[in-house]
Amino acid sequence: MLIAIIDYGSGNLRSAEKAFEHAARAHAHTPQVRVTADPDVVARADRIVLPGVGAFADCSRGLKAVDGMAEALIEAVEIKGRPFFGICVGMQLMASRGLEFETTEGFGWIPGDVTAITPDNPALKIPHMGWNTISVTGSHPVLDGLDTGPDGLHAYFVHSYHLAAQDPAHVLATTDYGDTITAIVGRDTMIGTQFHPEKSQRLGLELIANFLDWAP
Amino acid sequence: MLKARVIPCLDVKDGRVVKGVNFVNLVDAGDPVEAAKAYDAAGADELCFLDITASHEGRDTIYDVVRRTAEACFMPLTVGGGVRTVDDIRKLLIAGADKVSINTAAVKNPDFIRQAAEKFGAQCIVVSIDAKQVNAPGEPERFEIFTHGGRTETGIDAVDFARTAVELGAGELLVTSMDRDGTRLGFNIALTRAIADAVPVPVIASGGVGTLDHMVEGVRDGHATAVLAASIFHFGTHTIRETKTHMAANGIAMRLDA
Repeated sequence: MLIAIIDYGSGNLRSAEKAFEHAARAHAHTPQVRVTADPDVVARADRIVLPGVGAFADCSRGLKAVDGMAEALIEAVEIKGRPFFGICVGMQLMASRGLEFETTEGFGWIPGDVTAITPDNPALKIPHMGWNTISVTGSHPVLDGLDTGPDGLHAYFVHSYHLAAQDPAHVLATTDYGDTITAIVGRDTMIGTQFHPEKSQRLGLELIANFLDWAP
Repeated sequence: MLKARVIPCLDVKDGRVVKGVNFVNLVDAGDPVEAAKAYDAAGADELCFLDITASHEGRDTIYDVVRRTAEACFMPLTVGGGVRTVDDIRKLLIAGADKVSINTAAVKNPDFIRQAAEKFGAQCIVVSIDAKQVNAPGEPERFEIFTHGGRTETGIDAVDFARTAVELGAGELLVTSMDRDGTRLGFNIALTRAIADAVPVPVIASGGVGTLDHMVEGVRDGHATAVLAASIFHFGTHTIRETKTHMAANGIAMRLDA
């Protein structure tokens, strides 16, 4: 199984690489994890991971700056139906639009805008930074067996914006931060997490392993 | 709901932990990666490395430490100490750091914060504020920034600087009370609270932890969302687990599943 983690100059990819290798080994897959800026590798990959940190518009520009990458990604995900995993801003890029600093188009896979989190309680700090529990609102093979809910495992979040999906069926899990925040989205062969599975210890590694086992 | 974070901090010099870490079962107590793994297993919410390597030649050792830690630990890692340029930040992030803390360079040139945040995003830029309370007893509280490990006074008001740092793009502030650091008398709560209440971003309280109650005070009274300590953990006085259980027993929401 070839797992392509797309490198378009957005932050630390080493943790994502190691977490996917770790989870793959734990599930008896032969890990062939490639951090790559090569659209041909993405076209050949069995699983595609799009990480991303920073601002939506910056990430969008960075991705488009890699010649042929956006096209390869769209073909692999939309046409070939290769399982796709977006992380943090990589998940937000699945939306129709991002509204951080400027309005920027996303892939439009999950209709909705990426909007600022505005908790009513002024004591709640922005970014939403740290460990929070998630509540599953949909059913999906990648969520199988995960210990979630208020007393469940925690996920590590760092973000000031979230994906407000138009169709509630696309929201697989939420978290509570003064308001209901989208934590996991998914449809067809794609999923995305607002939190960082590669930094979320057990919950993250189990989720990644489920994604690798998933055969849509 | 979001949980308060407990962050052990390791001082690293020339790629080795300063003073060693008093853990059982460590093959090499001086190896920061071994210590990081132990803290990861113990349920630390994040980890912080402070590089205090003096020589220029020795500075590359931290990249190797960060690289090896990122391979073994699936938890957030902040690295600070001697970060002066955008390239220093880039190298640490590529090695596997999630956040980089900047201190003296940010005080000398606040625009460095803006450059760093624009380049890498506010979420990974932590501005570290070392401050002392400078008002005489009975006067209104006033806190001033000190650099170079607390030796150099700057005349800069710490709360004003905190606001500026956040306006320029700091995603988090690490507030160390230099008049408490190493004393085990607890955080300077007035300082922590003055800054936490002045800015919209998360504040990490640091400097002076001697007891588990001090950790509670940092969050409850200082309004920090994370507490950082070094010796209380390294010397084995308290475990991460004891700390988190104690904080939870005092009404602070903690992550106890790890």
